[in-house]
Amino acid sequence: MIEVSGLRKSFSVGKRGKTREVDAVRGVDLSVGEGEVFGFLGPNGAGKTTTLRMLCTLLEPDGGTVTIAGADLRREPGLVRRRVGYVAQGGTTTDEVTGREELVLQARMYGIGKAEAVERTEQALVAFELADFADRLCRTYSGGQRRRVDIAMGIIHRPRVLFLDEPTTGLDPQSRAHLWDEVRRLRDEGMTVFLTTHYLDEADALCDRIAIIDHGEVVAGGTPAQLKHEVAGDVVTVGVNGSGPRARELFGDRPYVRKLDLDERGGLRLYVDDATTAMPQIMRALDADDIAFDTLELHRPSLDDVFLIKTGRSLRDK
Amino acid sequence: MKFLRDTWLVYQRQMLLVLRTPARLVIGFVQPITYLVLFAPLLKTALAPTGATTYAEAYRVYVPGLLVVLVLLSGFFAGFGLLAELRSGVIERSRVTPVSRPALILGRAFSEVTTLMGQAVVITVIALPFGLSVNVGWLLLAYLMLALMALMACALSYAMAMLIPSPAALGPIINAVSQPLSLLSGVLLPLTLAPAWLVGIAEWNPIYWTTNGTRALFTGSPGDPVVWQGMLIVIALAALSVFWATRMFARQIR
Repeated sequence: MIEVSGLRKSFSVGKRGKTREVDAVRGVDLSVGEGEVFGFLGPNGAGKTTTLRMLCTLLEPDGGTVTIAGADLRREPGLVRRRVGYVAQGGTTTDEVTGREELVLQARMYGIGKAEAVERTEQALVAFELADFADRLCRTYSGGQRRRVDIAMGIIHRPRVLFLDEPTTGLDPQSRAHLWDEVRRLRDEGMTVFLTTHYLDEADALCDRIAIIDHGEVVAGGTPAQLKHEVAGDVVTVGVNGSGPRARELFGDRPYVRKLDLDERGGLRLYVDDATTAMPQIMRALDADDIAFDTLELHRPSLDDVFLIKTGRSLRDK
Repeated sequence: MKFLRDTWLVYQRQMLLVLRTPARLVIGFVQPITYLVLFAPLLKTALAPTGATTYAEAYRVYVPGLLVVLVLLSGFFAGFGLLAELRSGVIERSRVTPVSRPALILGRAFSEVTTLMGQAVVITVIALPFGLSVNVGWLLLAYLMLALMALMACALSYAMAMLIPSPAALGPIINAVSQPLSLLSGVLLPLTLAPAWLVGIAEWNPIYWTTNGTRALFTGSPGDPVVWQGMLIVIALAALSVFWATRMFARQIR
């Protein structure tokens, strides 16, 4: 549904005469299948929004080829516009008009006739549970209500792909869960959804596949499960207090440890293939070397582990 | 056809927003009405050298100038509204649709022009009890000229906003352009009172001609050549400005 190859964009920043080029997106390749929820994950400033804006025809790419829903982004931007929907970060509802007015206008912007626009608005109000407040001014809406109007506007022309830029940023947990359900419902109806997020749990819970972007480059891609497996089967965290460096040395060359690092709280994280066989060996090794430990935790790797390994930084630190 | 439909769509939306925020309309009135009530009464004596000896005559000279200032200055500030809308993402939401790009600009400009003309009518009506009297036919022609001036000012302002997309930098530049442009067209007092060198400069200012044209229509001399000269000039300027603004918009905003 979306094929991206070698997508590039740079901006010139600075004052006249002293400009310098900043590569915001440097050669992104992506492939998104029909009916997928695809997550584009990365810290702020990684190039997520720039990529998204290029895919939605808002920004002209410097290079690369993009095909979306059978249309070439550069040669047929008009066709792309008809086939994709876009919901900007933070939303665009206007205070002084009602949700219903917003939806009718957006439908009309896509060239839909008046009667048809009213009809589609009616359907969208029901589908997104907006009917109760559709005739109140947007000024009175909650953040979650506004976001649902935004998404309803994004699909009013029945696109095949919906782009959501950080759809749940700034929402309370309940609205967030509600929005996830909306996205799942759209997917079940056959829509391809491409969303950016810097929430790992969101990518994990909602997305069929994800790509991790950092410094304008895709550093990893796959299903959340694949990515986590790629990192390691399991993660064992040993609370070794002050003996961190010694413990690190101890496990550095053990064949059952794929990778290890020390976290900021003095815990040693060991990435192992299979915790059931590794745990006894870890305990025996600690015992033999007389390293005291107060906790021993086993957990499945999270996307944060993936991010940490791929980029060398924790996303949560942001 | 699509272009006309889309322009109408954008226009309707912008007019809806104007009607939903009446406070903005009222603010637009305050200054012209203040001038009308507190400054214009001085003019009977001040304009005596031009032959205006009654309040009615003074208002026929002053009101058209006031309306020119209204449409020019308010029109020149339309670019700020555009920048705000660009920033808020409202325009971006339209840009992901296949809506006509010139329509996004023109629908907005026409809505500004409509608002300004509404204000112009109210100011004219308020001036009536002060003794303003003017032929309705010539008044309508004068309104047409003012509307074209408003369109020109809006379009210029949009184009400048595209060139200088920072409100902080745009403000001084717009002031620097609009102040001499309006003063050099004799909007406060007709330049018939001015020394020759000032008139010499003003004659290079196209707004001088359109202001004089509007004033000639108000004072009941539609046969004055400055009427058709001013009309031609303002038509040409409005067309050029609109062309420039839509081009800049299409290029900068896509």
